Amino acid sequence: MSAIVFARHAMTPTERLRDAGWVAFVGLILGVPLIGLTTVDVGGRLGVETRFGLLLAAVAAVFAGRLLLRWSIDNMRNRKLARDRVSTATAADRAHGAQRVVNVLGWIALGASIALPIVYSDNRYVVDIATTVLIYVMLGWGLNVVVGLAGLLDLGYVAFYAVGAYSYALLSTQYGWGFWEALPVSGALAASFGILLGYPILRLRGDYLAIVTLGFGEIIRVILVNWTEFSGGPNGISSIPRPSFFGLEFTRSAPEGGHSFASFFGLEFSAMHRLIFLYYLILVLALLTHAFVSRLRKLPVGRAWEALREDEIACKAMGMNTTNIKLSAFAIGAMLGGFAGVFFAARQGFISPESFTFTESAIILAIVVLGGMGSQMGVVLAATLLVLIPEFGRNFAEYRMLLFGAAMVLIMVWKPGGLLSHREPTVRLKPLQRSKPAAAGTEVAQ
Amino acid sequence: MAYALQQLINGLTLGAMYGLIAIGYTMVYGIIGMINFAHGDIFMVSAFIAVTAFTILAAADVTSIPLALTFVLIVSIFFTSAYGWAVERTAYRPLRGSTRLAPLISAIGMSIFLQNSVQLTQGARVKPIPPVLEGGVVLWDAPGFTVQIGWTQMLIIVTTVVLMIAFTWMITQTPFGRQQRACEQDRTMASLLGVNVDRTISLTFMLGAALAAVAGVMVTVYYGVVDFFIGFLAGIKAFTAAVLGGIGSLPGAMLGGLLIGLIESFWAAYLWAEYKDVATFSILCLVLMLRPSGLLGRPEVEKV
Repeated sequence: MSAIVFARHAMTPTERLRDAGWVAFVGLILGVPLIGLTTVDVGGRLGVETRFGLLLAAVAAVFAGRLLLRWSIDNMRNRKLARDRVSTATAADRAHGAQRVVNVLGWIALGASIALPIVYSDNRYVVDIATTVLIYVMLGWGLNVVVGLAGLLDLGYVAFYAVGAYSYALLSTQYGWGFWEALPVSGALAASFGILLGYPILRLRGDYLAIVTLGFGEIIRVILVNWTEFSGGPNGISSIPRPSFFGLEFTRSAPEGGHSFASFFGLEFSAMHRLIFLYYLILVLALLTHAFVSRLRKLPVGRAWEALREDEIACKAMGMNTTNIKLSAFAIGAMLGGFAGVFFAARQGFISPESFTFTESAIILAIVVLGGMGSQMGVVLAATLLVLIPEFGRNFAEYRMLLFGAAMVLIMVWKPGGLLSHREPTVRLKPLQRSKPAAAGTEVAQ
Repeated sequence: MAYALQQLINGLTLGAMYGLIAIGYTMVYGIIGMINFAHGDIFMVSAFIAVTAFTILAAADVTSIPLALTFVLIVSIFFTSAYGWAVERTAYRPLRGSTRLAPLISAIGMSIFLQNSVQLTQGARVKPIPPVLEGGVVLWDAPGFTVQIGWTQMLIIVTTVVLMIAFTWMITQTPFGRQQRACEQDRTMASLLGVNVDRTISLTFMLGAALAAVAGVMVTVYYGVVDFFIGFLAGIKAFTAAVLGGIGSLPGAMLGGLLIGLIESFWAAYLWAEYKDVATFSILCLVLMLRPSGLLGRPEVEKV
C-alpha cells in the first residue's frame, strides 16, 4: 500500500529514493501481521506459519511502485506546466471541447451498444456481460436522480432494486402475471416504498440520511432472509417466468396451436435469441430511463432538485416545498431501481437475498460518484469499468474484489470529482448579439 | 428476573465493545466530518492480529494470562494504529477539501480492499482460538437460572471504563486534546494558530484504530472465533451507536454503544433473535426522526 501524496515540488532522485524507502518501511510494518504471518489449521488447532519471502517480495514491489509513481507524477507535472505555457485556451473553452468529445462518445457508445449483439450473436459471454453492464447503467441513472441531481446520499438503493425484483417474482410465480403487466406495478410499488421510507427521514441532514437508508437496505434484506413463507428465505424464489416477445415465448417447441419466437419468424431455435432479446430489452429500458431523466431535468421539478442540491436554505427562502421535492426525487429514483429489479428477476429466473447486499448498494453508488455526479455519460463509463474490472480479474479470480476496492480508492484519489466531472450546463443562454458589449459570461454553467 | 439480569450483563459487555468502536467513528466524524467506512474493517484486522498473536503465544507455551493479554493488546494496538494511519494517509488525506462524497466512496473502496486482502492473506475460514479466560463469578443462584458474570465480561467492562476515563482525561486536559478540539471547531483557524492539523488528524485516526484494536482483542477473547466479515456488521452497529449518542460526542458514543448492546441482547432474548439487526436500525430511525442530533449531541445550526 503506497501512500499517494502529491508533493508541491518535483523531487530530486535522492529524495525519491528516501521517500520510496520510507513507504516501503510502512509497507513492511503493515505487511508483518497479515502477509508475513498467517495462522493455519494444524490438526484441529491453529499454528503460525511465516511467509517472510512473500513479505520481502511485497515490500520490494511497494518500493519499486512508489519510485515509479513519484517519477511519473513529476514527469506529468513538468509536461503539464509546459503545455499550459503554450496553450492559450481558457478553462471554459476546454470544458466545452471536452463536452463535445463526450457527446460524440455518447453517440458512438449508442451505436456500439446497438451493434454489439449482431457482431457477437454467437458469443453468449459477451452478450451476458453487456446485459449486466446495462443493468448497472440503468441502476446508476436511477440513483443519479437521487444522489447526483437532488444531492441526497442514499446508501440503501439496493432495497428498491430488491422490492422491484421480489414484486415481479411473487406476482409472476404466485398470480401468474406477465412481465409487461408486472413491470409498471412493481415500479409503482418500489416508488411507494421510496415515499414510505422517504417521508419521515428526508428532513435529516446528509450523513444521517445516508446511514438511515443503509439501515433500511439492511432491514429489507434481513426480512427477505427470515420471512420464509413470503420470500422463500435464503433459498430465494426460483423458476421466475422469462419475458416474452409480444406473446411469443423463447422456447424450443411452439406451444399447442401457437407459435414460439423461433417458429413464428421461421428461424431455427437458438438459446441466443432470448439473450439477445433480453439485451435489447434492457437497452430500451435504459434509454427510456435516460430520456425520462433528461426531460425531467428540464422541467421545474428537475431544476428544483438541482437547486436543492446546491443550497437547501436558499430554496426554502424562495418558498419551495423541500420535502415534496426530495420525495419526488426519492420516489422516481426508487421507481427506476424497481424497474431494473424487475428486469433482473426476469433475466436471472432466480433471485435470493444474496443479490441485494450492501456491497451492491456500494457498487451502484460508486458508479454514480466515480462517473462524476450528475453526469449521465459518466455513469455509463463507470458502470462499464466497474463491471469489466472484476471480469478481467477472473483469471486470478480471488483478486477481483481486491482490485475493485483498490480501483475505487485510486480513481477517487486521482479524480475526486469523478471521471467525467464536467456536466452539461442545465441552462444555456443564447449567445447575445455582437453589437451588445456585455457578451462575456453568457454561459451559465452549473 | 434472573434471566433479565443475565441479559443486562451480556448487553453491557456487547455495548462496551460497540462503544469502543463507536468512539473511532465519532472522533473522525467530529474532526473531518466524514463517515470512516473502513473503521469496521480496521477492527476486523485487529481481531486477526490478535488471533495470530495468541497463536504465537500458545506455540511459545506462555501460560500467564495477564502477560499474554498485555502482549496481545500491545501488539494489536501497535499494528492496528499503523493501519489506521496508513488508511488515512492513502485514502482520505488526498481527498481533504474535495466534495463530501469523494472520501466516502474512497472509504467504501478501502473497506472492500481491507476485507479482501485479509481474506486473501489469512484465508476465508473462521479462525478459532482456544478459550483464554474461563469461568466467572456466580452473582445470583436463582431457582432455575444462575446469573453469572464471566471473567471475560468483567475484563471487557473494566477495560472499557478505564479507557473511557483515560480518554476523557486526554481530550479535556492534555495539549493533544486541546489541539484536537481546536481542529474540530475550525481547522483553518487552528492551523493559523500553530496547530499541526495533519498531525492531529493522523493521531486521531491512530487513536480510533487503537480503541478498535482493544475491541478487536476483546471480541477475539469473548467469542473465540474471528472471520474476515465481522467488520461490516460491527462497523454499522458502532456507527449507529455513534449517531444514537450524538455524533461528535465521546460520552455519547459510549452511551449509544451501551444502548445498542442492551437493545440487541434484550430483543434477542425476549423477541425474535433473527430480527435483532432490524431492531437496532428501527430504533436508530426513530431517534433520528424525533431527535436528529442524537441523545447527547449538540443541535447543529446550518449556516449559509
